[in-house]
Amino acid sequence: MKILTEHIDVQGIETIDVFRKHGGYTAVEKALKKMTPDEVTEEVKKSGLRGRGGAGFPMGMKWSFLAKPEGVPRYLVCNADESEPGTFKDHYLMMKSPHTLIEGMIVSSYALGANTSYIYIRGELMYVATILEKAIQEAKDKGLLGKNILGSGYDLELHVQLGGGAYICGEETALLESLEGKRGNPRNKPPFPAVKGLWQCPTVVNNVESIAATSWIVNNGGDEYAKIGIGRSTGTKLISVSGHVRKPGVYELPLGLSVEDFIYSDDWCGGIRDGHKLKAVVAGGSSVPILPAELILKTANGENRLMTYESLSDGGFVSGTMLGSGGFVVMDERTCIVHNTLTFGRFYHHESCGQCSPCREGTGWMDKVLYRIEHGKGRQEDIDLLVDVAKKIEGNTICPLGDAAAWPVAAAIRHFRDEFEWHINHPEKATQKGAVFMREGASWSM
Amino acid sequence: MTNTQTIQFPADTLDKVHEIIKRYPEGKQKSALLPILHLAQAEWKWCSPEVMDYVAGLLKLSPVEVYEVASFYTMFHLEPVGNHVIEYCRTGPCCLMGGVEVYDHLKAKLGIETGETTADGKFTVKEVECLAACGWGPVFQIREKFYMNLTTQKVDEIIEELSK
Repeated sequence: MKILTEHIDVQGIETIDVFRKHGGYTAVEKALKKMTPDEVTEEVKKSGLRGRGGAGFPMGMKWSFLAKPEGVPRYLVCNADESEPGTFKDHYLMMKSPHTLIEGMIVSSYALGANTSYIYIRGELMYVATILEKAIQEAKDKGLLGKNILGSGYDLELHVQLGGGAYICGEETALLESLEGKRGNPRNKPPFPAVKGLWQCPTVVNNVESIAATSWIVNNGGDEYAKIGIGRSTGTKLISVSGHVRKPGVYELPLGLSVEDFIYSDDWCGGIRDGHKLKAVVAGGSSVPILPAELILKTANGENRLMTYESLSDGGFVSGTMLGSGGFVVMDERTCIVHNTLTFGRFYHHESCGQCSPCREGTGWMDKVLYRIEHGKGRQEDIDLLVDVAKKIEGNTICPLGDAAAWPVAAAIRHFRDEFEWHINHPEKATQKGAVFMREGASWSM
Repeated sequence: MTNTQTIQFPADTLDKVHEIIKRYPEGKQKSALLPILHLAQAEWKWCSPEVMDYVAGLLKLSPVEVYEVASFYTMFHLEPVGNHVIEYCRTGPCCLMGGVEVYDHLKAKLGIETGETTADGKFTVKEVECLAACGWGPVFQIREKFYMNLTTQKVDEIIEELSK
């Protein structure tokens, strides 16, 4: 079941004519000519679609919070600042099929009553911004954007905004600051963007994949969408797969597929490459807890782990993780968990905006301590020190970057403490190339 | 290099600037800052204080509003750079795919460390965080172009091509 990527490999799908030949822009016709904005919102509510950027908040509910004071413009801003390590699905979707996003932007903007909308895309994806701008021009030329779209009386201007290279701008209030031409410092909430967002006007910020899904929901109805998936995990999800699988890439799967099938089936990732064994998975982007093979395949209760919000988080952070943004990073038995954790720690240190002391200082400390463990200079007390610093960041910052920095370090120690101890106890071996091969009898050996 | 007298966008870029400013409501031209810094960097390769002052003038901002933004975002170069700025991804997924070896090879081939520019001014190497191309790693970027699934051999070919 594919709703976002069904035609993604069709030759020329990036052009409006080919896109329309495959059913493109029918949702715009239907919404603008036959539905009221509230009816569109109602279908999105019924669909159960949850925000695909990582938080998983119900999209229809988020829309319903939008304040609508008389005479004040409202904005829809698409969050295309995809920067969570392990995640590259929005990059793929926009690059291959830009009209899929633009159609969703028109439908969603109509539902929210926005007459100007922005796609905020990370600056590094400049070439994708060019693809989107070309597609916007095509849509304008066909009367699908601009004044009085398809004679409906509805006007919409759509613009692409380039970021400048800052992970923090994926946080919605930092994104709005950035779109206002400022440093990407997250805002204190409340007020939420739904009340005071872009230029202090009511604003909805949604992820690329979430917005793209609204066209299918308009065409087929929210109830149909909700039939895909399991329980509160409705619809399909784009999963970005990287690491040691035979077929890395972006997959659209119906929520509810088993993790085991997803990793090992030839229809999906095709198993671990070169005959190696699965060691660990980061299932939802670098922020979510890493799980060892046995816990990613089965929950602590021995049930098959499924690709759903609920199943992946089963067991909380003791034995579970999160679906997050769907950045699925697979590691085989040769992987050094300490090194991987260091790269994540370094990432958050670099990306902390510096506004809140626990995050600014804490990410720096974790980076330094991880660095010395990895480089054979670790001390016995360092492992507990890392846990302590992580605890002091978590929950003590304006935005979730602090949590995102703390969780991967805490989880790596929770599940792979022996590897950290080994690095500290064998400094001369730990610094050798391929050190992870030299260990015998480690708990993760399969 | 830049100097104050010659800092002026060509006419077609100035048209583009005015077009960008129109994307925002009246009086919100500060929103054009990031897009225009990208145009400035494309024009002058790096954001010197003189370039930033020029941008401030275009948008009717005080210079510090431009400095504080340019220094926040990693894409803006605040020091002179070479003709080709190679920005390689150092984050986890690219490292899993052999990124460290590939990048070590790149630096050894150019004879420079991260943050340095070759003596002939052709190449600068910078390390950056995740470029959202993890399934196609290791990855580096030169301007808007991505180079993916890198191997030491591919790095050799790319450098040779760009050295011509």
